[in-house]
Amino acid sequence: MVLNELLNYDTLRLIWWALIGVLLVGFAVTDGFDLGSGMLLPFTARNDLERRVVINSVGPVWEGNQVWLILGGGAVFAAWPQLYAVSFSGFYLAMFVILSALILRPVAFKFRSKREAPQWRARWDGVLFFSGLVPALIFGVAMGNVLQGVPFRFDRDMHIFYDGSFFALLNPFALLCGGVSVAMLVTHGAAWLVLKTDGPVADRARRYGMAAALATIVLYAAAGMLLWSFIGGYRITSVVDAAGPSNPMLKTAEVHAGAWFLNYAAHPWTMAAPAAGLAGALAALLALALRRGGLALLAAGLGIAGIILSVGASMFPFILPSSIEPRASLTVWDSSSSHLTLFNMLVVTCIFLPLILAYTTWVYHVLWGKVDQAAIRDESGHAY
Amino acid sequence: MDLDIVALSRLQFAVTALYHFLFVPLTLGLSILLAIMETVYVMTGRVIWRDMTKFWGMLFGINFAMGVATGVVMEFQFGMNWSYYSHYVGDIFGAPLAIEGLMAFFLEATFVGLFFFGWDKLSKVGHLITTWAVAIGSNFSALWILIANGWMQNPVGAAFNPQTMRMEVNDFYAVLTNPVAQAKFVHTVSAGYLCASVFVLGVSAWYLLRGRHIELAKRSMTVAASFGLAAALSVAVLGDESGYLSSEHQKMKLAAIEAMWETEPAPAAFTAFGFPDQEARETHYAIHIPAVMGLIGTRSLTGVIPGIDELVKRAEVRIGEGIKAYDALQAIRAAGSTTTVPQGVRDTFENNGVDLGYALLLKRYVDDPRQATPEQIRQAAWDTVPQVAPLFWLFRTMVGIGMLLIALMGTFFVLSARRSLGRYRWLLKIAVFAIPLPWIAIESGWLVAEFGRQPWIIEGVLPTAVAVSNLGVKTLLLTLAGFIAIYTVLLVIEMKLLLKVIRHGPEQEHAPGVGASPPHGMPAPNLPLASAE
Repeated sequence: MVLNELLNYDTLRLIWWALIGVLLVGFAVTDGFDLGSGMLLPFTARNDLERRVVINSVGPVWEGNQVWLILGGGAVFAAWPQLYAVSFSGFYLAMFVILSALILRPVAFKFRSKREAPQWRARWDGVLFFSGLVPALIFGVAMGNVLQGVPFRFDRDMHIFYDGSFFALLNPFALLCGGVSVAMLVTHGAAWLVLKTDGPVADRARRYGMAAALATIVLYAAAGMLLWSFIGGYRITSVVDAAGPSNPMLKTAEVHAGAWFLNYAAHPWTMAAPAAGLAGALAALLALALRRGGLALLAAGLGIAGIILSVGASMFPFILPSSIEPRASLTVWDSSSSHLTLFNMLVVTCIFLPLILAYTTWVYHVLWGKVDQAAIRDESGHAY
Repeated sequence: MDLDIVALSRLQFAVTALYHFLFVPLTLGLSILLAIMETVYVMTGRVIWRDMTKFWGMLFGINFAMGVATGVVMEFQFGMNWSYYSHYVGDIFGAPLAIEGLMAFFLEATFVGLFFFGWDKLSKVGHLITTWAVAIGSNFSALWILIANGWMQNPVGAAFNPQTMRMEVNDFYAVLTNPVAQAKFVHTVSAGYLCASVFVLGVSAWYLLRGRHIELAKRSMTVAASFGLAAALSVAVLGDESGYLSSEHQKMKLAAIEAMWETEPAPAAFTAFGFPDQEARETHYAIHIPAVMGLIGTRSLTGVIPGIDELVKRAEVRIGEGIKAYDALQAIRAAGSTTTVPQGVRDTFENNGVDLGYALLLKRYVDDPRQATPEQIRQAAWDTVPQVAPLFWLFRTMVGIGMLLIALMGTFFVLSARRSLGRYRWLLKIAVFAIPLPWIAIESGWLVAEFGRQPWIIEGVLPTAVAVSNLGVKTLLLTLAGFIAIYTVLLVIEMKLLLKVIRHGPEQEHAPGVGASPPHGMPAPNLPLASAE
């Protein structure tokens, strides 16, 4: 086993840090529009046929989209086991709430159309709304907490202890980040509905989407300013061994005001991320105003990618800072899998990710075009 | 067992896994059956085979949604409830989970939408490829999750790294080709095929009893009986292989399943019936069948299968070795790296490192295993014995049902070959009532595999008791109750919907029968494939 020596440990860590970003963005821009469509369901559709148009617009693709999240879980487990262990056990109840929503969502899609009764369908419509809203909100809230640092520490055997509570997660800055997340995914969902539907559903989606795009810009800018003025970042105070053993306790770190903005000063090109976040949302706003659904979808996707990557760019090399014991913070250099595992997983990813992108593109190509209202009405095509 | 965080975390994992496993076997098998049916449709052009694909596909879809819903939890709960486990073995265990996502989940989930929405958008062959993609995707996912699970039973290709305080992979190929994982994979997917076959056979038998959808039901039964017979035999052969491998890698599990307290002279007898008594360490009213156990476990007349008492003695020795490894580990950690400690300490760790996990068994009783009293060591050695009575009974339930289903599938295979599927109403009734049996066997099998591994979460490497997250009892009770409530409500709704679809029966889009003219202006069934494109 010397093949893995082809790539240095530190290079592999950097690649895997970037790949987690790719997976997060993949999840947010694919599952994002169907979560967004779910949130828009009560507002864009006024009768059962319209609701079925909205649901069927994402019907054939939401399942594949959600795999980005599942793969994200698996990839974090494989490449960043400590991040997987600390974040999911620390955010335990928040994860339970997200999982409850994600358990109910597939079932709501599948079961809703199986009975005619209006009450039955209304109940599942409610589930689709909340199961879109809750994950969108909580993922944003989680990001907001990660930026502030999370109260965890290790004992000498590396057992993890988390000293926070569920309600402590719901602090003002984190809720603001939750707002950004909801607004950007609603924008994305609205762009999708403008692209895939027509008539009153598309009209309403356009109006809500424009409002959500505006909200994205305002909330994201506000979050950035709060981060700048009130929230201290973290920095490593010991010598960094980028290829050292994956043990966070071998370094020292401290809270340092403005640390989350040091990377932008040192590497100005990283400012492309927040700039893309703002420009994408603005472009989505304009494209929606011009009724250009496809363009709006691309622009909103760009905005989402920019916003997510700006979090990564601000925090690098930190992945999960600890607020109660900064030296326990997880960073790119000390919380990855072994050299061999990172290499093996990179090989597997290089084989399968292009394949996935190819067949996903093919499926979207087959399903190209607006949702066919007539087909929904006459029940052909096994629609939801 | 009092309700501490270990017990609650185990209970929550068992509940979520057992619920998930209600839906997985049917998905595994039905996806392949759908692909077979649709292949027949594309090759013969007979529309009834497309109707069969659509009808069983509807039931598949309802079940698949539940599988997806309950599966999301599985991907995250190792981190949520088992954070020390995730840290300790994530370097090895995480990889197959990630590969499962890349190779399997994307394939099945991306194409399953097209399976339902693509009938009018795709060519015949295009849709057939879609169906096979779903089937291959779901079966690949079983492969990777069983490579992960196989590693928990037989942790090959990894070693402990004192600097990172965790297991790290040193031979990825060994993890992939783990013989335990291979046997488990074929055993489990075969059980899924059998489960789906029994389901299709039973529902079709019900239609025959009611005199409805005769053509569709008979063809479905023929497919189910042939596929199901092959699957049932494969389940048994690979189940036997698993037993053989246990005698090599998990001797305690095997001894507990057999309630074999003392080592018997070879070849050991098989205990067909009895009441194992953990306290008295004996089996009351046991009925023995001479030599059978020795033959299954060692495939020889001379191989000795160690009994529980002997294995406990061996565990006690290994705990002693583990304490030495633990002591060496502390010295290495205090020195900062393996290179700065005396050669003697390094040698001790090299030689006894494999038993480090045995020292961790003492963590239940004492914070520092080096301080353990002889009494505590004896107690920890006895902890390596899993609960014998449930294993004994669950295993016999599983095997008994397996035998019954081989007979059932064999019978209907013969009936199908003689074209007399509908002749014996009592046999049809048995087929209907057999529907729940594979699920009982499968859930029993999961319990035998996982309950039998206790007290280890990774056999011989990491005890379950130290692998949990430090969560509050109240928090765990809340989520446990939450999962049970959500899953149970959904299960009830799912069963009602399945029954509704079954009662309603297949869509009557056109006259029943073979070779009826296809709807929607599709080409005539007997045209060659090329012109159908």
